[in-house]
Amino acid sequence: MGVPRFWREQPHRYRLEGTRCTNCDRVYFPPRWVCPVCRRESVGKMERHKMDGTGTVVASTVVHDPAPGFEDQVPYAVAIIELDEGCRLTTQVSDVADPHDVVPGMRVKSAFRRIQSDGASGVIYYGTKFVPLVEQGSTPS
Amino acid sequence: MATNPAEKARHHAGREVAVIGIGQTAFGERWEASFRDLVTEAGLKAIQDANIQGEDIDAVYVGSMSTALTIGQEHVAPLVIDHAGLADFHMPATRVEGSGASGSIAFRQGVLAVRSGDADIVVVGGVEKMTDSSDAETARIVGSSMDQEWESFVGATDTAIHAMMARAHMDELGTTLDMLAQVAVKNHDHGLKNPYAQFKRPITREQVHAAPMVADPLTRLHCAPLSDGASTVVLCPLEAAESFTKKPVKVAGTGQGSDTLALHARHSLTTMAAARAAAERAYAQAGWGPDSVDVAELHDAYTVNELIALEDLGFFPRGGAGPATLEGETALGGRIPINPSGGLKARGHAVGATGLAQIAEIVSQLRNEAEGRQVKDARRGVCHNTGGTGATAVVTALEVL
Amino acid sequence: MIAPPDRENGAPSPFGAPPRHEGHPPHLRPVGIVSYGFYVPRYRIRTETIAQVWGHDGPQTAANLNVRQKSVPGPDEDVATISVEATRQAIDRVGFDPRRVGAIYVGSESHPYAVKPTGTILAAAIGAGPELTAADFEFACKAGTAAMQTAMGLVRSSMVDTALVVAADTSQGAPRNALEYSASAGGAAFLIGSEDIIASLNHTVSFTTDTPDFWRREGQKYPSHGERFTGRPAFFRHVKACAERMMAAMESTPDDYQHAVFHQPNGKFPVNIAKQLGFTMDQIQTGLLAPKIGNTYSAAAPLGLAAVLDIAAPGDRVFVTGYGSGAGSDAFDITVTDAIVDYRKKKSRTVEEHLAKTVDLDYSTYAKYRGKIILGD
Ligand SMILES: [Zn+2]
Repeated sequence: MGVPRFWREQPHRYRLEGTRCTNCDRVYFPPRWVCPVCRRESVGKMERHKMDGTGTVVASTVVHDPAPGFEDQVPYAVAIIELDEGCRLTTQVSDVADPHDVVPGMRVKSAFRRIQSDGASGVIYYGTKFVPLVEQGSTPS
Repeated sequence: MATNPAEKARHHAGREVAVIGIGQTAFGERWEASFRDLVTEAGLKAIQDANIQGEDIDAVYVGSMSTALTIGQEHVAPLVIDHAGLADFHMPATRVEGSGASGSIAFRQGVLAVRSGDADIVVVGGVEKMTDSSDAETARIVGSSMDQEWESFVGATDTAIHAMMARAHMDELGTTLDMLAQVAVKNHDHGLKNPYAQFKRPITREQVHAAPMVADPLTRLHCAPLSDGASTVVLCPLEAAESFTKKPVKVAGTGQGSDTLALHARHSLTTMAAARAAAERAYAQAGWGPDSVDVAELHDAYTVNELIALEDLGFFPRGGAGPATLEGETALGGRIPINPSGGLKARGHAVGATGLAQIAEIVSQLRNEAEGRQVKDARRGVCHNTGGTGATAVVTALEVL
Repeated sequence: MIAPPDRENGAPSPFGAPPRHEGHPPHLRPVGIVSYGFYVPRYRIRTETIAQVWGHDGPQTAANLNVRQKSVPGPDEDVATISVEATRQAIDRVGFDPRRVGAIYVGSESHPYAVKPTGTILAAAIGAGPELTAADFEFACKAGTAAMQTAMGLVRSSMVDTALVVAADTSQGAPRNALEYSASAGGAAFLIGSEDIIASLNHTVSFTTDTPDFWRREGQKYPSHGERFTGRPAFFRHVKACAERMMAAMESTPDDYQHAVFHQPNGKFPVNIAKQLGFTMDQIQTGLLAPKIGNTYSAAAPLGLAAVLDIAAPGDRVFVTGYGSGAGSDAFDITVTDAIVDYRKKKSRTVEEHLAKTVDLDYSTYAKYRGKIILGD
């Protein structure tokens, strides 16, 4: 991935900035600049809109054969999350003792994480993952 | 003007089109064969099958997904002409891309060219050379058909996306792991009888369950391989077909559909709207529907895709495909034999070639030439070929008169 | 006895007088903590687990260091991600508009880039700037407290409205080295301003010499250290001298403070130095986190301060002394204000709650997460 390509997505990747159609009030993340409901009525009426970062898992899997660059994290949970604003995105769900614990219905919140990097000397690509909304882990006695 | 897609699709004013020749290579790890070798081998077979000469060809279409990444070569359409020894005819040669559906889209372009009257004889080739790349490069190639920015970027793999579809299908529709596994078992059984198939060994459901996990719940044996291979067909106007072959197969309908690139943006995880739209258009052109289909080749890149396709194309109601598969209704000898070639799972998935291998299989079936795996009295067949995780779909309806 | 290179008797202190004598000079604003946040990765590795790998005596090592376990960052965590998570807590808790932040300083010895600031990543992630100044600080374990002093100066002098200070580290000790038992990960963030202060930063002094007790050369993955030299001539000398100068400047004694927080390279040194200075276990208990999370380097004293702010009463005085190898010590005299009462009504997790949720790692997973396994191409 090239640096400019990552850089221009920073508002979306870093702080979940999506868009809102001021014609119908629907919000979109990942961002869209044409509202699929209002279409031409939405042109010029799409605004940036920051998502709250809480949502619910609607589908999930555990990846054992990773995408290149994600080998150190295997096995990791990938899920489709429905944000409380109603839009859906694909993400990793991190900070779970067992990635199989990530199941539909689980409440999650956004977390700022390293997503990948261009090798050892290239740029580090940060972004948003999701973690359990209720902190998980054992409480040592 | 009709606004219903099926209404619009029905009234194509062009000429009827027929397949008059097919040719394919064996699919698999073809270490000895280059991209050029593969495409030439399949092309020459089809041209010989159709009894045409190079000078007869009015246009060539090539479907290939990712030549820049697989062999570092774009601009492959003239390369294909060149290596088939046809450069001196200077015919229009066009490459089209639609991920795993590239072959079927190329086929559709060929059909449209003949229908329109722009061309009489069209050769359509599909090809992919997957094994010149490392595993990591191959993973990137497959990932490039998904949404790079919002799926692949976060570490989602093609299998992961399909695994979520599989889980959703299980949760929503009661599909079981046994039903999914039976798709692979059945297609391996079919592949045994196809001389072009990559895998010629039977497997059991237990083996499918026990194979290494790729993305829960899909083990390696739920996944089609990525193969080398090529497949080619020759088209001409139906009215002229009998001057080339005794067994022309009519292109009864061709439909194509699209959807959001990313799975998360779609309305459902358990059906592919692009495929439903494509099927509706193809059936409308054909004037017949799923009840008349004798045999089908469906895009089983993962086992779940075959179940989804069986429901999207109307062969079974939602949630009905899994139980029917377990009952053997989709096996050779069953009510509606699916993937007699072995499907992507056992014949192999040479990405850009897959759609044309499906066409070649159905043409063989309709010509009654599918030795050992022939569906009795097959007169109507369909092919279903999808790209990425379902953002592109092509459905082709074929029949013998 | 080691003779500290003290000033000649009678030389004026370069730190100036604490403001309490004549109230705030008219040209200076009060300065203090407006909000704070913290983040410690949830993974832990137990001292005994590490000792087992190297054939050391686990229980004895844990007792000697007073470190039972240490925090370990996940494979997707680093100083930037820890800084963002700590800062988001601080900002969200008071609904602070990040565009009011005029300066961002991140103190760490494990910034993800050798060249390219962590502070800009943090600014982008919280939506601060672009009208702000940012820089990364490095001074071993006291980079964060040094950043805090800088922020104090900018706010007091009205150069910026509010400054954001983050102290965070994901430090590495070489496998088998004594440091491996303590080098851990965590971070704390503080909004420093002059309005709505929950804790006044009354005064700060430092004590700094060139003492090579611990270092990491450019390009080296793991740090080196002077072994026993890191004790008396380094940690103890600097912390003691700095703390004593602070109490002299404030005309205070240990009895004047309800809480004291010292840098904690392990769980033993801070207890030892507290005793030497005349502080009690009661005073240091709340801020003593090393036994549970190890040495979070730049974040060690700041995290201890955060734990104290979780429970301190209005009017409580807090004595904080950080230490960084190389070497220097920064001390802070802090008074918790009445505003802490309303602040605490804005519910947020406490350090104690945050540290309670843990996931234990075995050594091999820890080694993988920390990049200690040599991979082929
Ligand atoms: Zn709209």
